[in-house]
Formats: sequence, structure tokens, C-alpha cells
Amino acid sequence: MATLSEGRLAVAMFEEPAALKPWHVKLRDMARKQPVGVAGAIIVVLMVLMAIFADIVTPYDPLLNSYEYMLAPPDGNYIFGTDMLGRDVYSRIVYGARTALFVGFASAAVGGILGLILGVSSAYFGGLFDLIFQRVMDVFMAFPLVIMALAVVSILGTGTENVILAIIVPFVPRCARVVRSSALQIREIPYIDAAKACGFGHARIILRHMAPNVMAPFLIMITAFVGQAILTEASLSYLGLGVQEPTPAWGLMLQGGAEEFAESAPWVAVFPGLAITLAVFGFNLFGDALRDVLDPRLRSSQ
Amino acid sequence: MNDIATSHRGTVSDDVLISVDGLKMHFPVTEGVVLRRVVAHVKAVDGINFEIRRGETLGLVGESGCGKTTTGRCILQLERPTAGSILFEGRELSGLKGDELRAIRRRIQVIFQDPYSSLNPRLKIGEIIGEPIRVHGLIPDKAKRDQRVRELLAVCGLNPAFADRYPHEMSGGQRQRVGIARALGLEPDFIVCDEAVSALDVSIQAQVINLLEDLRDEFDLTYLFISHDLSVVRHICHRVAVMYLGKMVELAETDELFDNPKHPYTRALLEAVPIPDPVIEQARAHQIIKGEIPSPINPPSGCVFHPRCDIVVEGCPKAVPAFREVKPGHWVACTEV
Repeated sequence: MATLSEGRLAVAMFEEPAALKPWHVKLRDMARKQPVGVAGAIIVVLMVLMAIFADIVTPYDPLLNSYEYMLAPPDGNYIFGTDMLGRDVYSRIVYGARTALFVGFASAAVGGILGLILGVSSAYFGGLFDLIFQRVMDVFMAFPLVIMALAVVSILGTGTENVILAIIVPFVPRCARVVRSSALQIREIPYIDAAKACGFGHARIILRHMAPNVMAPFLIMITAFVGQAILTEASLSYLGLGVQEPTPAWGLMLQGGAEEFAESAPWVAVFPGLAITLAVFGFNLFGDALRDVLDPRLRSSQ
Repeated sequence: MNDIATSHRGTVSDDVLISVDGLKMHFPVTEGVVLRRVVAHVKAVDGINFEIRRGETLGLVGESGCGKTTTGRCILQLERPTAGSILFEGRELSGLKGDELRAIRRRIQVIFQDPYSSLNPRLKIGEIIGEPIRVHGLIPDKAKRDQRVRELLAVCGLNPAFADRYPHEMSGGQRQRVGIARALGLEPDFIVCDEAVSALDVSIQAQVINLLEDLRDEFDLTYLFISHDLSVVRHICHRVAVMYLGKMVELAETDELFDNPKHPYTRALLEAVPIPDPVIEQARAHQIIKGEIPSPINPPSGCVFHPRCDIVVEGCPKAVPAFREVKPGHWVACTEV
């Protein structure tokens, strides 16, 4: 290799990279700029922790019937009361978080990754492939999310896995659409031409050079979708098409006799309803803040 | 031709490396969303011929939109030409696929105009330079490859420690050097420099041009130097081709073209270069080209330059002028010179 001449070295600048801020300082800055988003993040993190440590934070088995304490109002023993089978509502909500988060994260992750790859590929190849793919996506998007999920469940049957699949199916086209529009811009940037000129294969360009550059809209999409997936799962379970008894799930808790006792024992319906609301609220707040941080163009003028 | 071989621009062999013949690149203009109809074509490049000899730097000049960059992109196989052939060492490039295309791509590299958008912001400098080397299997061993990346950075006048940085941590000139290092890593024979210094400050421009010249001599590189900056072209190129509206209007040795321009467009282009002396500059009578550049969708008939030409004659709108050799090595597409 050639030796480097003095003149060439002299022109290069040797400044040190700016010292990276420690993580706790970053976190504090973040909390100051995005207080609402951090609140959302706290709700999400608390939910996740409760779901993971459900065994520790619950006083009773969520499946345990107790005929002595049917429809007991909230008190020292049962802080959210009991349902018509005498099961502890609080314990069932905590275990229900497991179901909700599992369905939410699994469907968002699988659907998101499928949508990411399909959306970027569609933008990258363009032409006839893009045209046909987008029209197929239009057909899927023509149905509202819940209707599409209902259709899938009615074909495949109920159960947690099928609910996840039912949520993935409508999510893929939505994610692919958003990702594609960003990827169309990325495709025109010279570093993609550079990658082509270097002789890289299609898969390498799509996965390594384009996909990481559409991460901002992708992550925003995913976060918002976890909330939506939780809501859809609750809706399906409420209609009896989702998770089946006796698995604790928020939608099921709203359904299982809660209507009958809405006046005499409102706690049976109110607390799982609150759990759903809080979960969706938390993910949406977090997603909005994430959007502001990652994609400043979408920020509303203040 | 022999006199240039001993000039300060280095040696040029008679061996033809790239041969472009009748190259056309027409982009379709479509209407409708579902049923797309082609309503017209943008004739970005409309039948050009030239050769680039091994070790030579061919300048390609012309105003914005004249097809310089498209010509470069066709050679790089980033566009599929509408017609014409591009021969690299006598082998046809258009139509190559798969492994053959990959093998050729290693040997034909590119340096882009904008140093900010030509580097992937998610990859470290070391990955940007090292990935092509790995993909082409030039240096499979990771440690040796990292060593090679550091060497390339040093050759391009950068601190080898930059390999661990991201593009956003560097200045424009530094990034352009990274782009050069990436191209060099594949040990190419031919590099398309697409406005490679246009986006840089004048002082940085000089450094990068000197680097390109040093590398040309060190690694026996051949350049297609696309630029609109005539003084840069005059400095670095052996021969210069002038394009106007997708056609080549003149091609000659650099000194011949600058001292003795034949085509009225070339003459007007050279006259438009300001002289860095206010007294002379003010006294000079500027010959401004009349009119606007016509649309490449519907170019003028015959000689495309005739509506703006000051020596236009009756035959100009009727027949396309042949690209003919008026002197050895001096080609002009004009009937009146």
C-alpha cells in the first residue's frame, strides 16, 4: 500500500468525537422534553413488570373459585373485589396483562417485521411488482381492523395463537404502506446507488441498507400498534371469539357476566375496563412521544 | 496525441478501456395511475459515442440537465440504456446479470457529488469501506480486512481511527474522502467521478482533486470526470467532451479544446468562464447564449443547438450534423466549422 504523503495528512482533522452523555443524563433530558411520553413509558413498563412478576404481586390464584366470596365488593382482602365465581378481580387483571401484552407484542412484532420487509421490497423493486402488491394491500386495508380480525378468527377458530394471527393479517398491509412511503424516499438517496454500484445483492440492500433507515416511522407504527392489538384482542375476547375461559383476559372479564351485575357489582366490569383503557393510553402516549423524538417532521407546530 | 502523453497529466496508453457507441437513454413520461400510458420520452442522452483509453481522464462537461450524469449512470449500469452499446475491455455491459454483473461492478466504481447523502448514515465508516471488500470476497479475514480499511483511510488522507465513526461525525471533505476510499477498496480500473468536487468548498476541492490525481498515478486509474466546472476539468482531464441536450457537440484534447474551440456552444461556454481579474473581466465583451435550454422531451429538429446558435444556416434545422473529426483527435458536431 502506498505511503501517505505529509500534505495529505495535514489536511485531515483529528478532533475527538463528542463525549457521549451518560444514560441517566439522557433519560433526564428526555423526561424534561417529553413528560407525557415518559408518563406513557412508565405505564407500559409497570404493566410489563406486573405481567412478568404476576406470581409475586398477586395474592390469589386467578383461576381459584371461592363460593363464599362471590361478587364480594372491594375491601382489604380483595382490593378490586371478586367476580361472580368468587375469583379475585385484581389477580385476574394482573394475569390478564400477561395475555394482553403477549398478544400485543407478538402480533406487533411479527406483523411489523413482515410489513417492514414487504414495504421496503415493494419500494425497492418498484414497477409492476409494486403496483400489484399495493393493490393487494388496498384490498386488505378496505376492511376495518376489527372486521378483518373477526373474519380471520371465524375461519381459523378461537384461541390465543389464532387471535395473534388474526391481528397480524390486518396489520401487515398497514405497516407495509407506511414503511413503503419512507422507503421510496430512501431509494432515491445516492448511498443506495452506491450500494448497487458496489455489486450488493437485493436482499443485502433491502435488509441492511434500506430497512435500518426507515426505523423511525417503523418504531412509531409498532408502538401505536401494540396498543391497538391489545384493544382488538379485548374486543375479540369480549365477543367470545378470542382468548377462551378460564384464561384470564381483560375482554373476557368484561363479558363474563359483567353485564348482568353492572349495577349490583360494578367492580367486576369497571376494573378490567380501566386496565384496557390505561394500557392503550400508555402505548399511545409513548408512541406519540417517540414520533416527536424520532421524526421531527411530523411534530405539530407549537 | 503523443504530445499529451508526456504532459503533466501523466501517461495514457492507446488501449481502449471503455467504448460507448450510440448510447441512448430515454425516460418515459407516463400518465394515469392504474393504466399507465407513455405520453412522451425525456431524451436525457440521445445517441452519443466516445472512447476512454486506459489511464486517461475524460472530462464530460455541459450545463445542468444535458445528460452528463445519466451517461455516467448508464456506464455504471445504474440505468438500463434504451439503445446503444457500452463496451468495457471489449465486453458488452448492458444485459449482464448476476455474477458477471457483480464482477464488472467491482472494476467500475463511482464517486458521487453529494458527500452527505452518499454514505449510509447507519453504518460506521469502517463498515462502509469494508462491506464491499467482504462481499466481493477480496479479503475474507476480518482482521486483515480491518487493516486494509485503515490503510485505505490513510491513503485518502484520513486518520485510520475514523473507521469507528459514523458519517455525521465528519465534515464534507472528510466524507468525500471516505467515498473515495470505498471506491478504491474494490481495486477498480475505472472510476466515474460524478461532480465529485462540486459540493465542496474551493480549498477542499483543490485537496480532493490533488488526491484524485495522486491516486490515478499510483493505481493506474481511468476516470470519467463529470463536471460543470471548466477550470477543474482543464486541470485534471486529458481529453474533454462537451454535451448539450443529450448530444455530444465536441470532443478534443484538453488544451486543443480550450485553446481552439470549434463548436459555437463550446465557444460560448468557454466565454462564460469569468476571468479572475476585474479589469479584464469588465472590458470583456460577453457573448451570452440567447434563449433558454429547450425541453429534452421535444428537442429542436436537426441540430439541437440551432435555435440558440449565432452561426445558424438554412440547413441546421433540417439535418442532424454528423459528429466528425475535423482534426486528428478533434471531433465536432457542426456543419459550419
